[in-house]
Amino acid sequence: MAPLSMNRTGTPKKGKQEVGPNREEHLIPVPTHITVTDSTLIPQKGEEGVLSAWNISFFGALVVLAGLVILFPDPYRQILAFVPDGLAVTFGVTVAAISFALVIGLLAGLGRISHNVVINRIATVYVEIIRGIPLLVQLFYIYYALGNWIKLSGPAAAILAMSICYGAYMAEIFRAGIQSIPKGQMEAALALGMSRGLAMRKVILPQTIKVILPPIGNEFIALLKDSSLVSILAVADLLRRGREFASTSFRYFESYTVVALIYLVMTLFFSRLVAIMEERLRNRGTLH
Amino acid sequence: MEPFISIRGARKHYGKVEALRGVDLEVSKGEVVLIIGPSGSGKSTLLRSINRLERLDSGTIFIDGDCVTDEKADIRKIREEVGMVFQSFNLFPHLSVIENITLAPITVKKIDPLEAEETALRLLKKVGLSDKARAYPDQLSGGQQQRVAIARALAMNPKVMLFDEPTSALDPEMIKEVLDVMTNLAREGMTMLVVSHEMGFARAAANRVIFMDQGQIIETAPPEEFFTNPKEERTKRFLEHIL
Repeated sequence: MAPLSMNRTGTPKKGKQEVGPNREEHLIPVPTHITVTDSTLIPQKGEEGVLSAWNISFFGALVVLAGLVILFPDPYRQILAFVPDGLAVTFGVTVAAISFALVIGLLAGLGRISHNVVINRIATVYVEIIRGIPLLVQLFYIYYALGNWIKLSGPAAAILAMSICYGAYMAEIFRAGIQSIPKGQMEAALALGMSRGLAMRKVILPQTIKVILPPIGNEFIALLKDSSLVSILAVADLLRRGREFASTSFRYFESYTVVALIYLVMTLFFSRLVAIMEERLRNRGTLH
Repeated sequence: MEPFISIRGARKHYGKVEALRGVDLEVSKGEVVLIIGPSGSGKSTLLRSINRLERLDSGTIFIDGDCVTDEKADIRKIREEVGMVFQSFNLFPHLSVIENITLAPITVKKIDPLEAEETALRLLKKVGLSDKARAYPDQLSGGQQQRVAIARALAMNPKVMLFDEPTSALDPEMIKEVLDVMTNLAREGMTMLVVSHEMGFARAAANRVIFMDQGQIIETAPPEEFFTNPKEERTKRFLEHIL
């Protein structure tokens, strides 16, 4: 099985699919993992350069943040006391959006591989349209443009827009993950009299989860960063709180430095978690 | 006697390649048929069209009176009665051996889990793997995996078993353990279609050997006669290659 990698344009690079019964298949189906390339650099064992770069960035950011608060309590301590409200909103919006995006992504991903032409076309058009429009434009569209007919609160519009947007990327992850499972698995299940749906639930998806967990972790990190866009919809997230502090105190440099450092610490922390998870999944080989 | 499996005028092509060019075949109940032929001769395609893993372009296939090739046929019901064993085993790697065997009986046939487990343990004993019930596929050798795959197919209590090159992916020392299981199965009266080049198995268990080439059946004969005294020129040439 060719290792499967995927970039954010979503085109899976995979060996050509042969038709007919003489496909080459590996004897023990071990799904490869999918890597999504344009998010935070995921440190991996053996990549010392990346590891130390991670150390420098992560601990460097922590030290700078602590140093600023200790050495210059005014205004850094005030800023640090002011922004955490926004942190909760940032996390709330991110977790809500990623949850809905997972549901949308699973449905659309199944649609993308459906043999039903109508369902397949609907899912594919959804993915194509959404991935072709910038998230910021989608946010404006749902909040302001559709606001003419449907009045949504800022957070609701933000979560809706980000769910729909990330659902399209999740769909590609689910699709690539499902397609990375050797064809013989579905055939064996069908030969036992299982329906496609039952085989998907009991045989294919349980194996897919292991393959798609790391890329989903990456999407979570990307979404955490992209959630800063919602500050434009009057959602009081981390960036918005920083901006509010800056505009009342005129401490622009200081405010945005703290905001940037907090984002950096968070994304580096989560990218490390994803790396550890990926490592464990790979070492265990199977999910039992 | 009414044939148990009846294939008429089976045709199938992939792009420009004609995999099956009008195949007729009848198999009676309890018969063991070995299909041999060079790669690309259509033997796997023929086998896989019997439980509709491949759809024929034209032709009909009946199993025990049920029409497999009818689009309206309840193919799931038919597949329950047709066990299949693959070259690459295709065990479910996330499930233990016993879960592999009981999954379909429990979810498809709605058999009580305890009863399904009892059946599974009996089948594991039959294929000589009683001690591996809780193991996972990646902890087993190829020969053991294939024997679990046979037990998994048998757990659905099929009326016919299809074997698609069951020993081609195995190291020589593991081939025998799988063939022994298959030979026992044949002796118990299971109807079997086997795509394989294992002549030892053919002599020990097969009633008939079929030689396929370029999507057609070239020759059919009892094993002894087939291997010692083939009639067709193409069969002779092929046997020279594999003997």
